[in-house]
Amino acid sequence: MTEIAFLLNGETVRAGGAPTRSLLDYLREQKGLTGTKEGCNEGDCGACTVIVTDPDGGLKALNACILFLPQLQGRAVRTVEGLAEGGALHPVQQAMVEHHGSQCGFCTPGFVMAMAAAHAQGRTDHDDQLAGNLCRCTGYAPIIRAAEAAEGAALPAWIDGDREKLAALSAQTTAGEAAQSADAAAAPAGGRAPYEPEAGRGSDATLTEAPGFIPENADELAAWYLDHPEATLIGGATDVALWVTKGLRALPETAFLNRCEDLKTVETGNGRIRFGAGVTMTRVMETVEAPYPSYAEMVRRYGSVQVRGAATIGGSLANGSPIGDNAPALIALGATIHLRRGDDRRELPLEDFFIDYGKQDRQPGEFVEAVSLPEGRDSFRVYKISKRFDQDISAVCAAFDVTVEDGTVTQVRTGFGGMAATPKRAAAFEAALTGKPWSMESVEAALPALADDFTPLSDMRASAAYRLEAAQGLARRYFAEVSGQRTSVLEVKA
Amino acid sequence: MSVGKPLPHDSAVLHVTGQARYIDDIPAPAHALHLAFGLSRIARGRVVSMNLDKVRAAPGVVAVLTADDLDRPADCSPSAHDEPLLSDGTVHYIGQQLFLVAADSHLAARKAARLAEVEYEEEEPILTVEQALAANSRFEDGPRIWTKGDADAAIANAPRKLKGRIEMGGQEHFYLEGMAAMAQPQEDGMTVHSSTQHPTEIQHKVADALGLPMSAVKVECRRMGGGFGGKESQGNALAVACAIMAAKTGRACRMRYDRDDDMTITGKRHDFRVDYEVGYDDQGRVLGIDFTHYTRCGWSLDLSLPVADRAMLHADNAYLLDAVRITSHRLKTNHQSATAYRGFGGPQGVLGIERVMDQVAHELGLDPVEVRRRNFYRAASQLNEQPQHHDDPAPALPKDGDTDLASRGAQAQLPESEAEPEQGRNTTPYGMEVTDFILHEMTERLLETSDYTARRDAIAQWNAENPVIKRGIAFSPVKFGISFTLTHLNQAGALVHVYQDGSIHLNHGGTEMGQGLFRKVAQVAAARFGVSPERVRITATDTHKVPNTSATAASSGSDLNGMAAQNACDTIRGRIAEFLAGLHQCSATEVRFADDQVHVGGETLSFEQAVKLAYEARVSLSATGFYKTPDLKWDRIKGQGRPFFYFAHGCAVTEVAIDTLTGENRILRTDILHDAGHSLNPALDRGQIEGGYVQGAGWLTTEELVWDDHGALRTHAPSTYKIPACSDRPDMFEVNLWDAPNPAQTIYRSKAVGEPPFMLGISAFLALSHAASACGPNYPNLDAPATAERVLAATRRARG
Repeated sequence: MTEIAFLLNGETVRAGGAPTRSLLDYLREQKGLTGTKEGCNEGDCGACTVIVTDPDGGLKALNACILFLPQLQGRAVRTVEGLAEGGALHPVQQAMVEHHGSQCGFCTPGFVMAMAAAHAQGRTDHDDQLAGNLCRCTGYAPIIRAAEAAEGAALPAWIDGDREKLAALSAQTTAGEAAQSADAAAAPAGGRAPYEPEAGRGSDATLTEAPGFIPENADELAAWYLDHPEATLIGGATDVALWVTKGLRALPETAFLNRCEDLKTVETGNGRIRFGAGVTMTRVMETVEAPYPSYAEMVRRYGSVQVRGAATIGGSLANGSPIGDNAPALIALGATIHLRRGDDRRELPLEDFFIDYGKQDRQPGEFVEAVSLPEGRDSFRVYKISKRFDQDISAVCAAFDVTVEDGTVTQVRTGFGGMAATPKRAAAFEAALTGKPWSMESVEAALPALADDFTPLSDMRASAAYRLEAAQGLARRYFAEVSGQRTSVLEVKA
Repeated sequence: MSVGKPLPHDSAVLHVTGQARYIDDIPAPAHALHLAFGLSRIARGRVVSMNLDKVRAAPGVVAVLTADDLDRPADCSPSAHDEPLLSDGTVHYIGQQLFLVAADSHLAARKAARLAEVEYEEEEPILTVEQALAANSRFEDGPRIWTKGDADAAIANAPRKLKGRIEMGGQEHFYLEGMAAMAQPQEDGMTVHSSTQHPTEIQHKVADALGLPMSAVKVECRRMGGGFGGKESQGNALAVACAIMAAKTGRACRMRYDRDDDMTITGKRHDFRVDYEVGYDDQGRVLGIDFTHYTRCGWSLDLSLPVADRAMLHADNAYLLDAVRITSHRLKTNHQSATAYRGFGGPQGVLGIERVMDQVAHELGLDPVEVRRRNFYRAASQLNEQPQHHDDPAPALPKDGDTDLASRGAQAQLPESEAEPEQGRNTTPYGMEVTDFILHEMTERLLETSDYTARRDAIAQWNAENPVIKRGIAFSPVKFGISFTLTHLNQAGALVHVYQDGSIHLNHGGTEMGQGLFRKVAQVAAARFGVSPERVRITATDTHKVPNTSATAASSGSDLNGMAAQNACDTIRGRIAEFLAGLHQCSATEVRFADDQVHVGGETLSFEQAVKLAYEARVSLSATGFYKTPDLKWDRIKGQGRPFFYFAHGCAVTEVAIDTLTGENRILRTDILHDAGHSLNPALDRGQIEGGYVQGAGWLTTEELVWDDHGALRTHAPSTYKIPACSDRPDMFEVNLWDAPNPAQTIYRSKAVGEPPFMLGISAFLALSHAASACGPNYPNLDAPATAERVLAATRRARG
């Protein structure tokens, strides 16, 4: 990639080399910062959690194992080595010691970073803030006691320090330098610090990947992508990174979209909410909290704070996964996907975007620019069933929106994930319910139609029979819930 | 005194600052190589051809080795020499190591390893219990069978009978630090850093592979990022590979498994099927019981025999059984070789009988707690007999001279011994008199503090009123036998130096994997010298300091190493006391070590002063210590003897909620009362209890291992294998210690605490079953792990 500059524990560093090098490998192998641990190399365990501060000063916990270096351009990274200041432990570190929050200690750096990020944001929903950090020793109870003990403690000075230095870094980097193009060779420009040698790095640093392209806005991306239609577009990298860390795939051409501010807008008006493709799932969750609490809850569960803070709504749709949870919800909501190729734009109902397994209605050089959905529908619910409650891929995801007028069902929109090769509506079920009186009897009568809609597979997440049974159970749950019954195990307390 | 204080983990500050160093964090020496294995893609058959040209030509590759390239056969087995480091041409599971790549980076080695072109001649793999039985594919010549009384007659004559089956899955350890090793060639030997619970075994296997005496191989481990049994034998392959490649190239070699490789290659907890036939009376007392265990051991022997033995040893759990037969089939299948995992078969045996108690109570409409109490062993307080003590029998030595004597797998080679059943009215199925049973008292207190009866009634009320969400509550006890069942492993050594400045260097054979062993033993050492624990320097486990160590396993770490360290400290303290007594013309017994001071003849010296005087008087301030557990004798073939020094106890009440439309479920509240004797460190013990419970509940709920029809493990990463996350712990989680001294003479009368609390997770499983049973009249026959899918199936069965 072209050389990038970012802050690492308060110091400006410059890095080059393969654009698909992960921050984790860079920290451990090149910088000797071994406090950040590799637990899974796929963003599921949180042992590599670091804090990243954006140019706008917002900070968040991210998984270093699925962050590519080019995504860090102009940002600040804080690792566990940079958490304590002046010989004094950070309040979460101190609390972890006092409350016996570490046993083997391997997950601990990741935990304290996630805790420190939550602490900086004043978050006290600890179960959620730490859902992306796995611990095998403690059973979590002492970690939560530590997180509670550190609530409200003074913030470390480096938070503001990093923000100030980021502003300075951004001022140093001229617009011309920042708008790097694929043609720019890796040679350092005059006045810059020398190109950092790849010390301690083996032969894989020399792999022949083209420098990553880092567009500053959607227009740059559109123009470049027309000329490089085979390139991989990378939003948050929460999925693509696994192609590299697990699939060991080479990505000959890449573009990293996280500097395109114009793809990160959220607009409301005319009864619609329009998310730019680069909006993170954290922001999507916050935005839909009021109009669609069940959608927000589903997003909360499917990705940890680390994953939500990186993943983008555009990426989650463009990758076409049959098990992603966004698509079923958005399909049931009647969402529209907005595509752009060069200067040509078109839009289509999201359900028509997914053609077949691994195949979407997207032309070479065309990318997802935005997705839009109606502003609010009280009748909408989405449910996910997974082995583990938090941070697990659904065996079944089901979304329902039933419109009832004068006791009669006038419209049904559904979206199902995990039931077929693509996320899709249950057409037969919808037809069977439409026009019927809104009652459990009608729901029961329509349930067999789900078997006409779907022939799910058996895999490691669930059997085909269970998927169908659970899908039917979720339809029953929808009726029971909108009828005022208790249906959520989360609401029950001992 | 330092013993009994809730001091933090010795490395707590290092942990939270990222300074604690694990194997892969050790800075690599210059020109270090990184290794990766090439893995088999079929479960059973032969390698017909293996073209490694592309592997060798890959960027960064320095060397590639196959079995044919080794100077001597290299084996990784802890028991039967049936695990060649690299395949000899036969393939036994998907993930078996075929060749070894050394490259200039971890990623380069991994990438290169995937470029092999391998042709196989495939055979039909043996994957299921049925297939293994049909093919008579098993370890040992037939099932092991232990009996007490006449089970058949007792069942036949019982007023009530039932039969059933429970299937329980295995479990991935998911230590957060994956397997790792590094070998550095020395001028006359090899130094190996290994993330291992068993440095002596690594030393043995590396020495064997290199053709060196054990004295030429040094193995060091400062800490592991979790072990749970997974690093008792499964780290051998990496250490041996690194050592061989280091010897061949003269360069330091390091290796770590990527998580997917780790889960694909290494063994897991044994899954079990337990069939049971029970005769019982109207009060729920079990009169006769017949258990049949089937366990899939995977492709190699590893530690499967002692694991399956321990499942049999805990088939009684806390219940006095007069007529019992336990039959155990150890099946050889084309999977990863199942291995040690916290509880070592015990949890599987315990779950078998807890299921029986639950079902008996259901059939009779009795409270399951009451049925359990009626079947408990007699209380220690009700017994007249005193604990019996025996002379140590001469150790039975393995037949095979090559056997790794320090492994629990050596059990496989033991000849029969002459242990006889003990005579008494409170004996286990293996003939050991139970003299220290305290679960009657513990149960009573826990039921009270957890408000069990009122909550059970409130739950019944809830279930009557709520059609969708059902709740369940269950109690389960554990009685766990403490000692290695291979008697000669119950020994430990320590090495203590007191330096002339009064600082103390502590070393012992135990390994630190997060359990807090180093802190506990340091507390013991500090207590012996009457000094503050900060004075005691804790050091890495090192085979050059303390030799012939047993694995840190079987919950025995503090019991064994605490005693050995005490012994070493007391030797030095005795020398100092004797010297000072001579100076002051008093008895050595009058010299007192306390509060960082030494009191002698009316005078008070600082500890430093006392040490300085002793040094100047040429008193030796270094000593080794040794300990062997007394009173053990055990015949594993007959299933008779006294395999355990004592029992540790615990009990739990768990409440859950389930969604009867989908099977989704949550743990709501857990109350635990656990017996750690006089705790050496109540904070660390509490950590073991909380962590053990959540891990045990994970085993029985969300953690599901799935292999496909070809024998490929489909759940080989945290994206597909789900250990409990933060919100899966109970909302309300009350943990208390039963603080009574261990009647057995253990270190400061403490009790082992590593494994027993794991089994308290069974209460969560039973609570899910209880909730499912609220859906209808039938017994739900819940299998484990109780995923949402299995819970939903159980509700269907309950409805009938």
